[in-house]
Amino acid sequence: MAAGASPNVKTLPLVAPAVIVLLLWMLVPLAMTLWFSFQRYNLLNPFLTGFVGFDNYRFLLNDPSLFRAMWNTLVLVGSVLIITVVLGTLLAVLYDQPFWGNGICKVLVIAPFFVMPTVSALVWKNMLLHPVNGISAFLSRSVGMSPIDWFASLPMTSIIMIVSWQWVPFAFLIIFTALQSLDEEQKEAARIDGAGPLAMFFYVIVPHLRRAISVVIMIETIFFLTIFAEIFVTTSGGPGLATTNLAYFIYTKALLEFDVGYASAGGVIAIILANIVAIFLVRTVARTLEA
Amino acid sequence: MGQKTPVWVGVLGWLVALLIFFPIFWTFLTSFKTEIEAVATPPSIVFTPTIENYATVQRRANYVRFATNSIVISIGATALGLALAIPAAYAMAFFPTPRTRFTLLWMMSTKMLPPVGVLVPIYLLFRDLGLIDSRTGLIFVYALMNLPIIVWMLFTFFKEVPASILEAGRIDGADVWGEIRYILVPLAIPGIVSTALLSIILCWNEAFWSLNLTTSRAAPLTAFIASFSAPEGLFWAKLSAASTMAIAPILILGWLSQRQLVRGLTFGAVK
Repeated sequence: MAAGASPNVKTLPLVAPAVIVLLLWMLVPLAMTLWFSFQRYNLLNPFLTGFVGFDNYRFLLNDPSLFRAMWNTLVLVGSVLIITVVLGTLLAVLYDQPFWGNGICKVLVIAPFFVMPTVSALVWKNMLLHPVNGISAFLSRSVGMSPIDWFASLPMTSIIMIVSWQWVPFAFLIIFTALQSLDEEQKEAARIDGAGPLAMFFYVIVPHLRRAISVVIMIETIFFLTIFAEIFVTTSGGPGLATTNLAYFIYTKALLEFDVGYASAGGVIAIILANIVAIFLVRTVARTLEA
Repeated sequence: MGQKTPVWVGVLGWLVALLIFFPIFWTFLTSFKTEIEAVATPPSIVFTPTIENYATVQRRANYVRFATNSIVISIGATALGLALAIPAAYAMAFFPTPRTRFTLLWMMSTKMLPPVGVLVPIYLLFRDLGLIDSRTGLIFVYALMNLPIIVWMLFTFFKEVPASILEAGRIDGADVWGEIRYILVPLAIPGIVSTALLSIILCWNEAFWSLNLTTSRAAPLTAFIASFSAPEGLFWAKLSAASTMAIAPILILGWLSQRQLVRGLTFGAVK
């Protein structure tokens, strides 16, 4: 025991409750999901049960909608990450400039982050993107174009728009906070060296923001992999499978078709995918936090 | 500094801010229109405001009950999360062992498990335990859901508290709990408040578990709003009133506590 550390503080009882509940929260359902995934278990047909080996997985892996759902998940996560990081950075640079009303503008910009996903989805679906009475329809008609039926013709784009609107404020906030810690002297020095605004942005600002951006990417990925409410409220995964991500896919199997075994196999696949992403992310973040 | 900001930057800043805020503003405005005005094209800007929609929404869906559920669940889950996380973060911040970093990363990695992956077993467990559609059930789920984030944030905030102050308290005879309660918590209160605020916001807006684990009695505002998404839900003025009622409390809380929140939102990782 080092001189500074206190010998009479036992840390185990302090850490244990948090670790144990999390472990239970993770392991019990995980074990059950694994178990169910090898069972025939449909709530609509409770008498037909039993071990079916890899049947659920075989059906699942032959189900084209699974791969569609995986692809949709990737498209959704990837697009929104790119949009929020790029726009968040641009907004951070914009609001780093002093101008009249800057403070109020920032308050307005972060507001969407507080709006619950069900509300923003409904507002966007009905009042903004509605093909007849929505604001977007009004705008397209007033410039002489025919209105776009967003959720029918561009369903995934619509979902991406809604999710981006909610998360750009988050990216903006974190990147802005990081930007403020950038030394004025450093900027001044670059300016004296003849750096124009563009060179300044790419060679001084962006490298300084690397750490903040990796935090944004980690947190956002955690939330984006499991996007549900926006899809539930607007498109219900459709039209067809156009906006069914993994979360919604499993939801339809488990709670709409009541096929517990099949849905559990889907859950296992989702967990494996999430772990692949997690390993990658945790590594990056661990490195960032040490730096 | 030194240089003067060009005017167009200010104009652009305002335009962008108003554009981003527009959906919220429009919802607020629409909630005071009649249904006919709400769907009018071109959109009606000048109208006589009415509060009829708010009355109708309360009568039809009992807003107060949903809001109470949201408040009880968010605060309950946050309190439970903090109670579990404060001792853990204290131990990790002041008595780090070789395992500490691993424990923190492992906790964060549990956050990456997609809830859908475990929806079925949780649903069945809750059914057997009688926790479906109960506030207690959601409080447990939300506390566990946010626990990794809470521990992580508290850890980074606690690390900024000088260990020497805690040691002085220990020499004066404070035991571990006394040390946490009378020395650490008062010193780290801004960080704890930031953490609590973020946790409340995440609970308030969470929609996956609340939609799947509640039906009516314990349903929070997320479910209240989802009930307006039914096909007959093309009553925009009422939908707007309901939306305004669902987001106003948290939006106001968020604005009032903006400074604390920003610190919390950066998860202590960005200075």
